[in-house]
Amino acid sequence: MKIGVPKEIHVDENRVATTPDVARQLIDLGYQVSVEAGAGGAASFNDQAYTDVGVEIIEDTKALWKVSDIILKVRPPEFNSAHNTHEADWLSPGQMLISFIWPAQNTELVDQMKARGATVMAMDAVPRISRAQKLDALSSMSNIAGYRSVIEAGYQFGRFFTGQVTAAGKVPPAKVMVIGAGVAGLAAIGTAHSLGAIVRAFDTRPEVKEQVESMGAEFLELDFEEEGSGEGGYAKEMSQAFIEAEMALFMAQAKEVDIIITTALIPGKPAPKLITADMVKAMKPGSVIVDLAAEQGGNCELTTPGEVVQQHGVTVVGYTDLPSRLPAQASQLYATNLRHLLVELTPDKDGEPLVDMEDDVIRGVTVVKDGEITWPPDPPIQITAVPATAKEPAPIMPAAEVKKPSGYVTMGLLAIGVVLILALGTVAPASFMSHFTVFVLACFVGWQVIWNVTPALHTPLMSVTNAISGIIVIGALIQVGAGSVTVVLLAAISILIATVNVFGGFLVTQRMLKMFRK
Amino acid sequence: MPSGVLTASYIAASILFILSLGGLSHQEKARRGNVYGIVGMAIAIVATIASDQVSNLTLLIIMMLIGGSIGAVVAARVQMTQMPQLVAMLHSFVGLAAVLVGFANYVDPSVHFEGVEETIHNTEIYLGVLIGAVTFTGSVIAFGKLQGVIMSQPLILPARHWINLAGGIACIWLGGWFLDAGSVGEGLVPLILMTIIAFLFGVHMVMAIGGADMPVVISMLNSYSGWAAAATGFMLSNDLLIVTGALVGSSGAILSYIMCRAMNRHFVSVIMGGFGTTGGSVTGEEAGEVQSSSAEEVAEMLSGAKEVIIVPGYGMAVAQAQHTISDVTQKLRDVGVNVRFGIHPVAGRMPGHMNVLLAEARVPYDIVLEMDEINEDFENTDVVLVIGANDIVNPSAQENPDSPIAGMPVLEVWKANTVVVSKRSMATGYAGVDNPLFYRENTRMFFGDAKDSYEAVLQALS
Repeated sequence: MKIGVPKEIHVDENRVATTPDVARQLIDLGYQVSVEAGAGGAASFNDQAYTDVGVEIIEDTKALWKVSDIILKVRPPEFNSAHNTHEADWLSPGQMLISFIWPAQNTELVDQMKARGATVMAMDAVPRISRAQKLDALSSMSNIAGYRSVIEAGYQFGRFFTGQVTAAGKVPPAKVMVIGAGVAGLAAIGTAHSLGAIVRAFDTRPEVKEQVESMGAEFLELDFEEEGSGEGGYAKEMSQAFIEAEMALFMAQAKEVDIIITTALIPGKPAPKLITADMVKAMKPGSVIVDLAAEQGGNCELTTPGEVVQQHGVTVVGYTDLPSRLPAQASQLYATNLRHLLVELTPDKDGEPLVDMEDDVIRGVTVVKDGEITWPPDPPIQITAVPATAKEPAPIMPAAEVKKPSGYVTMGLLAIGVVLILALGTVAPASFMSHFTVFVLACFVGWQVIWNVTPALHTPLMSVTNAISGIIVIGALIQVGAGSVTVVLLAAISILIATVNVFGGFLVTQRMLKMFRK
Repeated sequence: MPSGVLTASYIAASILFILSLGGLSHQEKARRGNVYGIVGMAIAIVATIASDQVSNLTLLIIMMLIGGSIGAVVAARVQMTQMPQLVAMLHSFVGLAAVLVGFANYVDPSVHFEGVEETIHNTEIYLGVLIGAVTFTGSVIAFGKLQGVIMSQPLILPARHWINLAGGIACIWLGGWFLDAGSVGEGLVPLILMTIIAFLFGVHMVMAIGGADMPVVISMLNSYSGWAAAATGFMLSNDLLIVTGALVGSSGAILSYIMCRAMNRHFVSVIMGGFGTTGGSVTGEEAGEVQSSSAEEVAEMLSGAKEVIIVPGYGMAVAQAQHTISDVTQKLRDVGVNVRFGIHPVAGRMPGHMNVLLAEARVPYDIVLEMDEINEDFENTDVVLVIGANDIVNPSAQENPDSPIAGMPVLEVWKANTVVVSKRSMATGYAGVDNPLFYRENTRMFFGDAKDSYEAVLQALS
């Protein structure tokens, strides 16, 4: 089967759907790969780099679409003004297209592709299960956007991120607030922190606190408990109060911080307005806001999507193409996500894709199958199982602890022991009973003493008990003087081996104990 | 020497033995404890030799010199990784000595009792020989398994429980015959037959127990050797032997109990043997991909970490990696990394095995912690190094109620940020249970011989 990668035609789109590295791995999967001439140019992958790994370069866009069985793209198909055709109209029955689609927003496009009888897979519809993480293109693009947002902010910001004490005076560190601790937010936190800034982050989900702190930021918490309990448990009231508390927090922070990076998105809804014009006014002149939600309308009231604007002395960055601004990195990660999908699609590595609709991942990404719309997927396919919770153990077995048996057991055993001894006492002669008393007492002493032995010394304990059980030598010593030859022989052997025990046991214990040191 | 002095010496020796065991409660007092033991033993032996009961000094001293030299040489030469073997071997000697003393006592014409006392005396002989014989062959087999001479997989004979039962009944029946015997010559037959059966029983019992259960077996044989000594003491009416035997017997019994609790298993089921052959490999999670790592990566992780916990297992002993691990520990501690060791009670092949190896490698004992002391700290740990351990770090024990090791207390290493598992291959542990830890996202597999691997890490660290 032939994979074709056309040049992206979206304005300012610098990414490409495969890189030379990934192309080679696709060829290993049994595919033939062709790339449109100049497709990787904006991402610094020239045609020669592709041909070096065995990729065919095709000059003509239309020809590429025609000969390829699978088209890999970044942006959804759109109108190609150079050829005066919509890219979707180049799709043919049986052909497969894999790219970002955004089927919820682009219903017309989905219908159009359905009419062409093709199979379409949306990289934005990868189910959020742990197995699919390696092909989660949204995460990898968000990661890049988060990183780039800090770089953009640094470009607009007229100061250092890191604090310094120089001969020319003291430089305070920049203060950065990140709103929303998803993949992009966490990447922004990490990047800003590593540049030396003081980073704070806010998220409505308190469970991300640990992740935020692990990336080096302070987690901002709402002082919300009093208000929450005062309201009496009404969800709507609560959320109103919550938003007010949140706004008060942002206002306070706006006066203090130099850079605000917002990444707050609610799936399927316009971005929530979190930074009001008043807050922007309250910020110090020269401050920067980077609005990663610009494409969905922006978290800041003063954002202009796709533009950098000056408002009340504050620079508001509303770029919607941040991943494309790191084209080489973004292409590499996206191409790898695509490759992982193709690996899933090609279990036999024979270059023949198999659309197995029983497979959760493949079912999830497939938007159109052979001219049938298959989106959204049926509910049974769970797309909520986050890996962390999926592995949560249901019943945790209580771990058994090493401890002495309970008092009842001891008392029960004691009672039985007493009865047995009484029974024995009725038949046994006095001499035996006195020995037996000694035996029982010794057992008790042993029981009490041994529990105090530290587990670290269990091996020396065994070797020393070994040595003292060599006391059996005394039995043999008494016998060795007897008249019978057999007895003397047996006793002599006993003395020999028991002495090995006595000496060996004590000496090796001594050797071991010498090694223990503080 | 008057018999009162002998008795007084025995009392002194008994007290010294108790102090000796009591001394082991802490590392600092332990060496003094051992000295108490030596002094007690010296007093006991000298007092016995000096008493009227003993003659034939020449033979006695020759034998003691030979035995003592053998013991001294063995003690000086043995490697710390071979401690389990040595201990098993020493157990077998006590068992054999008990058998021989029992026989000698029975055929000794100078010993004579009447009536109930004779019955009791003969019962004592019979029991002493029985326990001694089981201890002897059981320890020999345990030695063979630990030394690698005998395969460590459990040997499961068909109808093995019935064989044991038949053996037990035969021993009781022979015991009846032995007690009824009119003369020494007649009694020897059932005594010898019983000894043979007990020998076979000892072999069979330990053959059926797998390698991972060795800590229990060793403790149990330790206990038996004590009871054998105690039975001999009854037979000879010697209170010192009774006291010592009882001390050793209860010591071994407690150790066996601790080991069984540490594996969440019943003593009986360990003794019945055959663990790990029927459970199969039940996994709670789908076997996924493992992520392997290199020495450079491990070194990088370690030098970036603040808190490191090392969890050693039998694999460390096999690879003799304790010195290398100690060097790595030293290096990390020098640069301010807090390195500690977490020891599972049944790590290794005998109780306390890991502690001895680490002590040998000059790891300070105050950073070597028990499972209960360290289990809560894994959450705040950056890197955990698991070295040749498997079942004792298996999350299935807590998470999968169907797992053969469910409920066994384990070291919760998976709660740390990163777990580096050092292993020779993906093979399962002795319990034969697959380990989902290896497939976790925060686990890196570091394949290879533990010693070579950590030599490379040490290189990369410097």
